[in-house]
Amino acid sequence: MYQRSIEFLVGVFMLMGIAGLAFLAMQVSGLSLDAQQKSYKVYAMFDDLGGLSIRGRVSLAGVTIGRVSNVQLDRATYSAEVEMEIYSEIDNLSTDSVASIQTSGLLGDKYIAISVGADEEVLADGDTIFDTQSALNLEKLIGAFASGKAEF
Amino acid sequence: MVNFIIKLGRSGVEFLETLGRSGVFLMRAVFGLSLSFKGLALLVRQLYRVGVLSLIIIIVSGLFIGMVLGLQGYSILTDYGSEQAVGQMVALTLVRELGPVVTALLFAGRAGSALTAEIGLMKATEQLSSLEMMGVDPLRRIIAPRFWAGFISLPILAVIFSAVGVLGGMLISVDWLGVYDGAFWSNMQSAVEFESDVLNGVIKAVVFGLVCSWIAVFQGYDLIPTSEGISSATTKTVVYSSLAILSLDFLLTAVMFGGL
Repeated sequence: MYQRSIEFLVGVFMLMGIAGLAFLAMQVSGLSLDAQQKSYKVYAMFDDLGGLSIRGRVSLAGVTIGRVSNVQLDRATYSAEVEMEIYSEIDNLSTDSVASIQTSGLLGDKYIAISVGADEEVLADGDTIFDTQSALNLEKLIGAFASGKAEF
Repeated sequence: MVNFIIKLGRSGVEFLETLGRSGVFLMRAVFGLSLSFKGLALLVRQLYRVGVLSLIIIIVSGLFIGMVLGLQGYSILTDYGSEQAVGQMVALTLVRELGPVVTALLFAGRAGSALTAEIGLMKATEQLSSLEMMGVDPLRRIIAPRFWAGFISLPILAVIFSAVGVLGGMLISVDWLGVYDGAFWSNMQSAVEFESDVLNGVIKAVVFGLVCSWIAVFQGYDLIPTSEGISSATTKTVVYSSLAILSLDFLLTAVMFGGL
């Protein structure tokens, strides 16, 4: 009887460990079981990423519709090529959409904001967004103001 | 001068001997666990004594450390107007560092010293040698279940510590200091990665579990069988375990997060 109750308590202990790991996985690190959401790839070229990195958010009207999956330098044009994974259910982005790099808050993360154009055709897997706006470079802006060369 | 060099050489040789003996001992303890019904019953009994009985101290310390992190984080972050980030700070600190390290330090003090003293007293009262005379290998019967119990318990305790600590941080920052709980969780979830943060923390705890149980059972098995020997071996267990935990933590952190 004594041994049985010890076995029960050890079982409870093991279960608590598994529950703790599940809590850390689900609630703390936000791992969800359907993480493998279907998506398609869209590319965009930027002159200056200004700190945008892999796993950055892609948003439309403030709602997250995908993430940055890869960033690399295009050797031919010396500009940055960003690979984005857009969720498959967002399949009506027109081909003349604009991708711009923005900052959440004053010092927050960089993310890509997409604003939709008016074209009838929509972006498909492997397409490139040509109309882009690079990150707002705060240092350059302040430097331009300080030397009085700011133009509006 | 010559005497000094002789002494230095002797202590060096002794150190290497002890290291070699402990290595052989570890191998025999790791492979000595019998997976028969009787052997598993021994393991379960040690799991109860090493793991379940350490739960209270782990849960209480986890709760308080999480609450302190919540308070400290809030008072620092509120200067920058970003007190929503307190969840992210509490979770990353606990999962990456404090969970495994503090659990291992507490474990060395709570369970490691007890293992050393118990095995040491068995050796001093010649229980181990009488087991050998009866044809029972003390490494299989006494050492292996205790070693494995410590090795299995520590990662579980560390996970529980981190989970309870996050809840403690939430208790303070959301319920007491009034951080908006949606921002608390969503900031945390976007900052904490499962593979690179949670799993690396568990790997740390596994390494600490191996080292702590190894030191504890070896110090008990290898001590001089007198009352003074037992007390110095118990002290050594706590001191060596703490030093090993902190230095290994530095190494593991440098490899996992330092970009090495």
